[in-house]
Amino acid sequence: MSPASNLVRRAVLAAGFVFLYAPIVILAVMSFNASRLVSVWGGFSTKWYAALLENELLIQSARISFAAAALSASIATLLGLLAAVSLSRFGSFRSRLLFFGAVHAPLVLPEVVLGLALLSCFVALGVGRGFTTLVIGHVTLTMCFTTVALLAALRGCDPTLEEAAMDLGATPARAFALVALPQIMPALASAFLLAFTISLDDFVIASFATGPGATTLPMRIYSQVRLGVSPQINAISTLLLGLVAIALGLSALAMRRAKR
Amino acid sequence: MSAPLLSVQGATKAFGATVALDDVSLHVGAGEFFALLGPSGCGKTTLMRCIAGFETPDSGRLTLRGEDLAGVPPHKRPVNMMFQSYALFPHLDVFENVAFGLRRKGEAKEAIEARVGELLEMTQLAPFGARRINELSGGQRQRVALARALAPRPALLLLDEPLGALDRKLREETQFQLKEIQRKTQTSFVIVTHDQDEALALADRIAVMRAGRVEQIAPPLDLYENPATRFVAGFVGETNFVEGVVARRDGPVLQTSFARLPRATCALPEGARATLSIRPERIEVARDGAGIPGRVEDFVFRGEYTLLRVRVSPEIVLRVGAYDGRYQIGDEVKLTIGPEAGVLFAEEA
Amino acid sequence: MRARPLTLGQRLTLAAPYLWIAAFFLAPMLLIAKISLSHSVLARPPYEPRFLPTDSLSDWWAKAQTLTFDNYRALVSDSLYFDAYVSSLAIAGVATLVTLVVAYPFALAMARSPRAWRPFLIGLAAAPFWTSFLIRVYAWIALLKDEGLINNALMALGLIDAPIQMFATNGAVVVGIVYSYLPFMLLPIYAALEGQDAGLREAAADLGASPVDVFLRVTLPLSREGVIAGALLVFIPAVGEFVIPDLLGGSDTLMIGRILWNDFFANHDWPAASAAAIALVTILLVPLVLWERARLHEGQERR
Repeated sequence: MSPASNLVRRAVLAAGFVFLYAPIVILAVMSFNASRLVSVWGGFSTKWYAALLENELLIQSARISFAAAALSASIATLLGLLAAVSLSRFGSFRSRLLFFGAVHAPLVLPEVVLGLALLSCFVALGVGRGFTTLVIGHVTLTMCFTTVALLAALRGCDPTLEEAAMDLGATPARAFALVALPQIMPALASAFLLAFTISLDDFVIASFATGPGATTLPMRIYSQVRLGVSPQINAISTLLLGLVAIALGLSALAMRRAKR
Repeated sequence: MSAPLLSVQGATKAFGATVALDDVSLHVGAGEFFALLGPSGCGKTTLMRCIAGFETPDSGRLTLRGEDLAGVPPHKRPVNMMFQSYALFPHLDVFENVAFGLRRKGEAKEAIEARVGELLEMTQLAPFGARRINELSGGQRQRVALARALAPRPALLLLDEPLGALDRKLREETQFQLKEIQRKTQTSFVIVTHDQDEALALADRIAVMRAGRVEQIAPPLDLYENPATRFVAGFVGETNFVEGVVARRDGPVLQTSFARLPRATCALPEGARATLSIRPERIEVARDGAGIPGRVEDFVFRGEYTLLRVRVSPEIVLRVGAYDGRYQIGDEVKLTIGPEAGVLFAEEA
Repeated sequence: MRARPLTLGQRLTLAAPYLWIAAFFLAPMLLIAKISLSHSVLARPPYEPRFLPTDSLSDWWAKAQTLTFDNYRALVSDSLYFDAYVSSLAIAGVATLVTLVVAYPFALAMARSPRAWRPFLIGLAAAPFWTSFLIRVYAWIALLKDEGLINNALMALGLIDAPIQMFATNGAVVVGIVYSYLPFMLLPIYAALEGQDAGLREAAADLGASPVDVFLRVTLPLSREGVIAGALLVFIPAVGEFVIPDLLGGSDTLMIGRILWNDFFANHDWPAASAAAIALVTILLVPLVLWERARLHEGQERR
């Protein structure tokens, strides 16, 4: 590659990453700003983080969000695995197309529409909204993502390995459990994390599906954000960003170690 | 030979610590069919990529028709290449693939249609102009790649393992087509290959390369009959290497562990350690009479001859081509190595 | 392919995800399709008619007679809805184009980087996707406001005298969409570019194509699939977007997601909102079906 095009390539990369990261970094820096104003640097301070600790409502909603994310991601990963197994191993069964379409539809469906549909359904059935309906909503939203991820992983598995296991006397179910499952373990983990992240992050579906007792963290953040920039929100955002950064860093390390 | 079309002088190229080209010099004449032959990693592909302009030699000079190629980008060189992977454009049909180079030259529509038609005819692809690349067989793709590279009338055509992806039978057929097309178009072809049969069958002259150096440049027959180095002898064609010591008292002789082999000519001094390269078909084999005694260990039927593995001593097995007679495992035979047969090399330091 | 009956074990495996999808996706979608044909009343749930299991068959028949397409007629005749659809499509369309313009050179630069660097670069580019969407949109408020960082910086440099209004405009919504959905465009284009055989570009150069020609005639056409996939992945969710126009847009920013939200929560006009939702889904299905058909068509042609 010529030096000139090399230079252009680096400049484009730099510009792209600045665009991606500058807003996040600025947000994080501002969370340590002693001044309440965005535009004035009032010195370094951790007082907004201290204020967070006293914000009972925020802490309560964070608890609810993490619980809902853990529960819904577990269910969605399990259902996604069953759906992916059905789609990749059962050949073309009747109503496969309907199932395939329905499993993938929430991927492209605007969240507002899915939320509206779920809420109408809960009201029509007379179900009181709260933590349970929140989890149901998030499972429905995230299970299409887990299905897609696991389907890709299962299709990537060499089918002859399972055939070999069956040839050696394993039933199809045992062959799957002993041969395919260990191979897709990393995909299972990343499907769970994806579902967890989406659930933790979701605002739209939660607004439709949850009730007064179970306000999630994004909903709490949203109601404050609508009032404008707030240093406390900067602080909680930075905490969440830091959490994700640590998780990504750890998974990258784990992957590098696994490669070796 | 007239003034060389392509001239490479002292080309050297290293990738980090690996030396891909080490002071390579060669010339290719106009209308010549030239082959770069060598095992993988010998630098032949690097040399070809330097000629095409995809790599720049660290030092040395490349000239085409006397003009220095340094600093001329690939798209401005009158050199076209047929890629090993063919590198056919999957988003274009056969016609547009062949027309690609002509369109870049900005030729008139009628001229392009005429030239593409001519090439599709020559490569027996005329009915396939509208096909997509992934609708073609391997042999058809190979011919599209050839037609595409020839279309802009290059002064020099580079062919990177052009027959490598074809099966055996198709390969032989295609060799003849390639030779015929080269004769018809009067274009200089430089073919890169690791397959000695291919180089011997196609080329007017062959450069054998090893570890970035040129070992020998010669026409196929010379290369086969008079290899310049032990490496060339071993790489081109099948051979036996027999080690021994030179004795000169009563005419030159190679004293080996199993026989005394008289030599017609020998430039090596008394007591020099040497290796004789002797082709299987140059060893005469008989049921009885004089000669080196041996026992048939194994045989492979090769059609026009049978290749025998004959043990002549506990450590040494010679491969021998037998053109008549049926041999069984365990047969006692007598071998003769004539004083003219084979080439003697000094032991490499 | 012929369908074949499943074994009992297979049926049991399939049952759980199938029932879940049927109960919490298919049934709700059918329900809002039905609500979209109802009319609004002040009750809970706020629509009529309701088909109850205790009703007799004749009751159901009588109720079915009252279903109406009025809500769909209103979508076309009511300029609020119509304008919201047009402006949603326009904003999403512009945002998709801008995302493409930003993402393509970025993806190209990554795909042309040394092989050893590529996983790191693509990981770095995709990492923000794992962070909260809400926070990423929120981060732009501090940048775009009148007293925000961009205006302050421009004024400090003396480039402008008074703040430019960026926050609460359609432009801000476009920026928000571009920023939030960049990975969806970046990844498929990167995948298409990274998978390209470098030999094709060399072959084009060898045949006399200048670097610009190589890009226009080889690199760009061969990345078409990635561009189309990326554009759909950005355009489709952007049309129905609620959070970005609500946070970054002005009070006059009309987007269908926002109208739906208001109809549902503020106006309690469920039938109108349902009709708007069904219409939205239908509109979004059009490009998907066209794309799928084009792919099928191409697949057949190649066979």
